[in-house]
Amino acid sequence: MAQRTKRIASIAVAIALAAAAGAAQAVTEIQWWHSMTGKLNDKVNEIADKFNASQKDYKVTPVYKGQYDESMTAAIAAYRAGNPPQIVQVFEVGTATMMAAKGAVKPVYQLMAEEHEKFDPKSFVPAVSGYYSDSQGHLISMPFNSSTQVLYVNDDAFRKAGLDPNNPPKTWPEVEKAAEKLKASGAPCAFTTGWQAWVQLESFSAWHNVPFATQQNGFGGPGTKLEFNGPVQVKHIQALGDWAKKGLFTYKGRKDEPLAAFTSGECAMITTSSGSYANIKANAKFAWRVATLPYYADVKGAPQNTIIGGATLWVLNQKNKDMYKGIGKFFTFLSSPEVQEDWHASTGYVPITLAAYDLAKQKGLYTERPGFDIAIKELSNKPPTANSKGVRLGNFVQIRNIVDEELEAVWSGQKSAKQALDAAVSRGNEQLERFAKANQ
Amino acid sequence: MEKRVVFQSRWLPFALVAPQLAITLVFFFWPASQALYWSMLIQDAFAAKTQFVWFDNFRDLFNDPHYLASFKVTAVFSVLVTVTGLAIALLFAVLADRVIRASKLYQMLLIWPYAVAAAVAAVLWVFLLNPTLGILTHVMRGLGYDWNYLLNPGQALALIVIAAVWKQISYNFLFFLAGLQSIPRSLIEAAAIDGAGPARRFWTVVFPLLSPTTFFLLVVNVVYAFFDTFAIVDAATSGGPVQATSILVFKVYQDGVQALDLGGSAAQSVVLMAIVIALTVVQFRFIERKVQY
Repeated sequence: MAQRTKRIASIAVAIALAAAAGAAQAVTEIQWWHSMTGKLNDKVNEIADKFNASQKDYKVTPVYKGQYDESMTAAIAAYRAGNPPQIVQVFEVGTATMMAAKGAVKPVYQLMAEEHEKFDPKSFVPAVSGYYSDSQGHLISMPFNSSTQVLYVNDDAFRKAGLDPNNPPKTWPEVEKAAEKLKASGAPCAFTTGWQAWVQLESFSAWHNVPFATQQNGFGGPGTKLEFNGPVQVKHIQALGDWAKKGLFTYKGRKDEPLAAFTSGECAMITTSSGSYANIKANAKFAWRVATLPYYADVKGAPQNTIIGGATLWVLNQKNKDMYKGIGKFFTFLSSPEVQEDWHASTGYVPITLAAYDLAKQKGLYTERPGFDIAIKELSNKPPTANSKGVRLGNFVQIRNIVDEELEAVWSGQKSAKQALDAAVSRGNEQLERFAKANQ
Repeated sequence: MEKRVVFQSRWLPFALVAPQLAITLVFFFWPASQALYWSMLIQDAFAAKTQFVWFDNFRDLFNDPHYLASFKVTAVFSVLVTVTGLAIALLFAVLADRVIRASKLYQMLLIWPYAVAAAVAAVLWVFLLNPTLGILTHVMRGLGYDWNYLLNPGQALALIVIAAVWKQISYNFLFFLAGLQSIPRSLIEAAAIDGAGPARRFWTVVFPLLSPTTFFLLVVNVVYAFFDTFAIVDAATSGGPVQATSILVFKVYQDGVQALDLGGSAAQSVVLMAIVIALTVVQFRFIERKVQY
C-alpha cells in the first residue's frame, strides 16, 4: 500500500512540475537575429537580459547568425520556409531589398501605431531616420546601430614626422602633404582606408554634395541610374591612384581588414567607420585621435554631411499577432535615452535619438573622450540635400563588389580612375535593371 | 569465371538498396532539379514575385564578360592544382616508398594536412603570406620581392593554388603510396637486372602500373579543384583582386547568397554541373583506354 501511495505521489509531483514548466513556457519568445560580434555581442545580450528582467510576458532571445549578408540570407530562407524570426538586424545595404518585400516585412511605424507605443520619427537624428524612411516619411525599420566615416590619426607617428597632431589634416591636399612627410620620416604606410566603396565614393559624394545616383540616390523611386563617375569623384579616385603609385596610399583590403594595419602602428592615418573607436581604444599602443573626414575645399558646398552605415532592426510578418505587442515594448525600451546612450558610449556607434545625444552631453561623455562626438557632428553638419540623405539601391551588395573590383584595378595601376568608374557605373546599372525586373 | 550473388527473394535487393537510393534522391537529385527549375526563373529574394523566363538567365550569363573570364580563371586554377598536386604527391610517395627506417612516421606526418579543414588551411596560408604581418612576406621582402596579393592578381592566384594543393597532396600521397606498394618487387628487380637505371625503371615499369591510381586521382582532383576549393577562395581572397581568383563555384555563392540573385546563381550552378559531368565523361571514355589494369 505504501508503495502504491509513493508511486501516485511521485506521478502527481511530476505532473505538477510539468504543469509549472508548461506555465513558465507561456512567456512569448521573440527571436532577434543579429550580426554583432565580440564586445558588441556582449552588449546585445546585456540589453536583451535587461528587457527580459523588466517584464514577465515576453522574452527576447538574441541569436548571432553570422555576418550581415549571411544573417540576411538566413532570415530570407527562414521566411521562405514559413518560420521567420521576429526581429532581424539588416545592414544598410540591404534596405532596398527589404523595402521591396512588402508582403514579408511589417513596417515598424505601423506596428508601433497598432500597439499604441509612442514612436515619433522626429525624435531620431535626421540623418538616421531619413535613410530608413519611405517617401511619406514613415520609418519602415527601427534604427539601432549607425556609424559614419571619420579619420583616425596616429599622434606618435605625426610627431616623429615633424607634424603637429593637434592640427590634423582637414582637406585631402593637406592629407597628401602629411603623407609625404610621414613617408619621408620612414613610416611604412602613411595612409590607408577601410570600407573603400563606402568611405571614398558613397559618403565622399554626399560630403561634397554631388550625386551618387539619379532619383536622389535612389530614394525617389525605380529607374535609378548610377552617377558616381562625375568629375569630383574621378578627380579624387585619380588622386588616390597617384598616391598609391607614389607609396603615400597603401591598399590593405576591401572591408575592415585595414583597421589592423592602423592599430598595429603600421599605417599612420586611416579613414574608416566611427564604430572602430572601441577596437582602437582596446588595441592601439600609441597616442591617437579622431579627426573629421577630409574634403576638398574648392568644391562648392563641401563639407555637406556624411551618410550612415551600420544596420537597423526589421520585423518580419508573423502569423502569431501576439508577438507584435512584445516587439513594440522591446523597441520602446531600445530607443529609450538611457539604453541608447549606454550603447553609444560602449560601442562608438552614434546616438540614434536626439534625447540620447543630449543625455551623453549632460554626462560629459564628450569632454571625457575628445573626438567621440565628431561622428554625430558630421552627420548633422547641415540639413541633408537630395545628394546626401543616403543611398538606396537594389542589388547594392553586388554593386559594392563591383566598385571594390574597379577600385582595385586603379590601385594596381591597371586602369585610370575615369575608366574604372565608368566601368563600375555601367556594370552597376545592369544590376539595377536586374533588380527592377525581378521586383516589378 | 564470374562470381555473382543471386537473391532468392524479389523485394529484398530493392529494400537493401532503398536507403542509399533515398539519400541520393533527396540530397543529389532533388537539389539538382530545383537548381534546374530556378535557373529558369527571375525572382526577388523573398519569392514573392517570380517570373518564368526560359533561358534568359543563361543568355545573360554568357553575355557577361566577367562570367566568361571566370571560366578562364577556373581552367587555369584547376590545371595548376591538379598537375602540381599529383606531381608533388607522386614525388613524396616515391621517396617515402624507398625509406625503411621510420617509414610510418613520415607517412603519418605527410597525411596530417588532409585532416585540416579547407577554410582553416586557407587562413593558415593567409597568415603566412599576409602583406602586412606574414612571416613569408617578410622573408620575400628581404630577398627584394614585393609580395602583396591584395593588389597583384598573379600572386592571389598563387596563394589559393598553394593552399589548395597543400591540402590535397596528403590525399594523393596516400593513394600513390598504396599503388606503389602493390607493384610486385620482382618486376622492378627484373628491370634492374636488365640494366635499366632508376629513371627508366620508373617511367617504363612503375608509372604504367600506377595508371589506375593516377586516373582515379585525376578525376578526384579535377572535381576537388572545381568544387571543394570554395572555402579556400572565400577565406583567402573573396574572389579578388579584380576577380582574379573568382572561380566558377565561388561566383555561384557570391551571386546567390551574398547578392541574392537566385536565378542567375542557379543558372551558373547548372552550367558548372554540366561542365563537370562532361569532364568526367571525357576522362572515362578517352583516358581510361590508356589505363592498364
